[in-house]
Amino acid sequence: METEVKEAQGKIISAENPDIVAPADWQPVIMGILCNWCSYAGSDLTGTSRIQYPPNIRIIRVPCSSRVDPWFIIKSLQTTADGVLISGCHPGDCHYISGNYFARRRFLVTKKLLNFVGYHENRVQFSWVSAAEGPKFAKVVAKVTEDIKKLGPLHRYKKENF
Amino acid sequence: MARVGVFVCYCGANIADFIDVPAVVEEAKKIKEVKISVLYKYMCSDPGQGMIRDAIVQNRLTSVVVAACSPRMHEKTFRKALSDAGMNPYMLEVANIREHSSWVHQKDKKAATEKANDLIRMAIAKSIANEQLHEISVPVTKRALVIGGGIAGIQAALDIADARIPVTLVEKSPSIGGRMAQLDETFPTLDCSQCILTPKMVDVASHPYIELIPYSEVIELDGYVGNYKAKIKKKASYVDFSSCTGCGACTQKCPVKVPNEFNMNIDKRKAIYTPFPQAVPNKPVIDATHCTMLLKGKCGICAKVCEKGSINFKMVDEVIEREVGAVVIATGYDLWDPKPYEEYGVGRYKDIITSLEFERMVSASGPTNGVPIRPSDGKVPKNVVFIKCIGSRDEAKGIEYCSKICCMYTAKHAILLHHKVHDSHAYIFYMDIRAAGKGYEEFVKRAQVETAATYLRGRVSKIYKKGDKLMVRGEDAQIGQVVEVEADLVVLATAVIAPKDNPSLARLLGVSYDKYGYMSEAHPKLRPVETAKAGIFLAGCTQAPKDIPDTVAQASACAAKVCGLFAGDTLKKDPMVSTINNEFCSGCQNCVKVCPYQAIVTEEIPLGHGSKELRTVAKINEGVCQGCGSCVAICRSMAINLAGFTDPQIINEIVAI
Repeated sequence: METEVKEAQGKIISAENPDIVAPADWQPVIMGILCNWCSYAGSDLTGTSRIQYPPNIRIIRVPCSSRVDPWFIIKSLQTTADGVLISGCHPGDCHYISGNYFARRRFLVTKKLLNFVGYHENRVQFSWVSAAEGPKFAKVVAKVTEDIKKLGPLHRYKKENF
Repeated sequence: MARVGVFVCYCGANIADFIDVPAVVEEAKKIKEVKISVLYKYMCSDPGQGMIRDAIVQNRLTSVVVAACSPRMHEKTFRKALSDAGMNPYMLEVANIREHSSWVHQKDKKAATEKANDLIRMAIAKSIANEQLHEISVPVTKRALVIGGGIAGIQAALDIADARIPVTLVEKSPSIGGRMAQLDETFPTLDCSQCILTPKMVDVASHPYIELIPYSEVIELDGYVGNYKAKIKKKASYVDFSSCTGCGACTQKCPVKVPNEFNMNIDKRKAIYTPFPQAVPNKPVIDATHCTMLLKGKCGICAKVCEKGSINFKMVDEVIEREVGAVVIATGYDLWDPKPYEEYGVGRYKDIITSLEFERMVSASGPTNGVPIRPSDGKVPKNVVFIKCIGSRDEAKGIEYCSKICCMYTAKHAILLHHKVHDSHAYIFYMDIRAAGKGYEEFVKRAQVETAATYLRGRVSKIYKKGDKLMVRGEDAQIGQVVEVEADLVVLATAVIAPKDNPSLARLLGVSYDKYGYMSEAHPKLRPVETAKAGIFLAGCTQAPKDIPDTVAQASACAAKVCGLFAGDTLKKDPMVSTINNEFCSGCQNCVKVCPYQAIVTEEIPLGHGSKELRTVAKINEGVCQGCGSCVAICRSMAINLAGFTDPQIINEIVAI
């Protein structure tokens, strides 16, 4: 799928549906689902280190990346989010021994499914951020935000927002 | 209908400077379930918590949202405030508006405020779906199982038993004592190993709270913390320990001679044997792989000479069961086989031996009565070359890590050599001297000064034979030249490795192990003696290479952990575990496969009400479940839910923005 920004008359057009457009200053909403032991702790460290990142992400805490049901991803894209970031412990470092391996496999399949139904592959992204990687978390969020901004909105905008 | 209270914290200036807190409070009021929304400078302070308590009572709140710092910080604090006000503590949700908003969006107050609004909305929505949860209490069997009877297992068993907790100590060889029993003297004090170890071994055998099961192995472990069931295989010893007096007549008369593994195969033992004279228990066992009576049905001399009639050739392996609440793993270490060092002539030259072989030779009770000899001609060596880091720190041939003890025992060997052969000289090839420990550096100095051992920094490239001597060619990096040393004997300080049975034992016990086969601790710094599986602890080299002081310290730490675990009559556990709804369970058992803790089993229930036909459903043991949620996501019939992170809670969060 093409990744270039679609802009028309100062408006951003959705990569998936040309009927959905947003104003040029549009900000995406990104649903971040983080595991409690590594990535959530890492995002806390980003905070305590005062490392700044784009404010588009909304964070949900789950015990383990293996708790993330593909349903959560689909529901996010359907209702509120323009993109989803899921982050867990590094492979081999799972607090629950092997949870992130299951998560990794499940996400690969989910991603294929989402591609198949027409979502751009960058809409849903996965990363491994440890509790010590505050700066990495900020980088990951910045990158995901940048990617989603390029893809444009996923939801129809209410009239008053124009 | 839900009645939610929202409490927004200023956190001094930490939140208030970057988020428009009063606006956030007003925004929360717009949600219809919110009955009260207030702000305070420090919610975590006493007056702040008092505010929450009062509001809960006055507004008859059903759940509470605190918008403040990370839940990893103060979730427990606020839960306590809730329970103090008579509310279920798990009706709390924390919106993390400090670490996730005010601290990371300091340049954009509008966006930070918007994000805080969203985070609070999500927390409110989640809290509405919260359910009342109660701490789980599980009964505990106050008996510990110690696997391995080396110094680690001995120390752990003694410390636990001294706290009047029964211990079952399982040792796979015929006697406890382990590697330490093979040592002559121990660094850095040169205490005689046997002199400090054997009293402890005797204590183990005579302790009223210790049940010693030698010559046996753990073959199965079921259950969970506080409630394990262990199956122990007692290998057939062909000797009835209850009647045997340990007189030794059988071992004297036995005609079969076998290499003696306790003495590193330097001498021979009999087919019926006690591993060493001070063995505990001091009862012989028959080595079934060599006994001619057991192999060919001829001989039986031991049975003839035994006055007590203790020999029983028909004995078979026996499996016994013990219920235990905790397990200490202390399986010790093995030594790396230096065969890959072909350029040294390992295997070709008899006068190249390993450090443990040298140790047995210099041991007063060893095969050569404490005098080192050359295996080729039995002569006493004068020039001895010690080579360190054989296999350790060698990615090409051996393993990457440092074995930790070789620097110290090689210094000890240099000193012992000097003690046993006064006119000898020790040459030590080393990469670095790692002597971190109390009295360790001084001990190495002693080897260098008192015994005048020559320390050569560099690797040995080749060993070749010249006459009856071995020529050791290596580099002396400090003078930048190739040196050759004429040696009578070469001693290789081989790497410490995990016992080869460690991975299979780890799988059987359900604990994880690393790529070298060492058992993994729960946290390398803060939980060094616990495994990720609750109630199973690690002592000694089973976790990583260690010297005796560290091993003993870790073993005592295990004992402290076990005593702590057994301090109450029940164990308290976080209630955030998976629960299953039988109505929906289709019995596919996918959850059984993904559970990392084997917490899910299957059970048969009637197909319908009063029906005689059965169907299979999954059953979760909440005592074992750690609450990862793998099973919830894999369940295709949505029969499983994870308390505290249920599907409705998370979906509520998603749609709340």
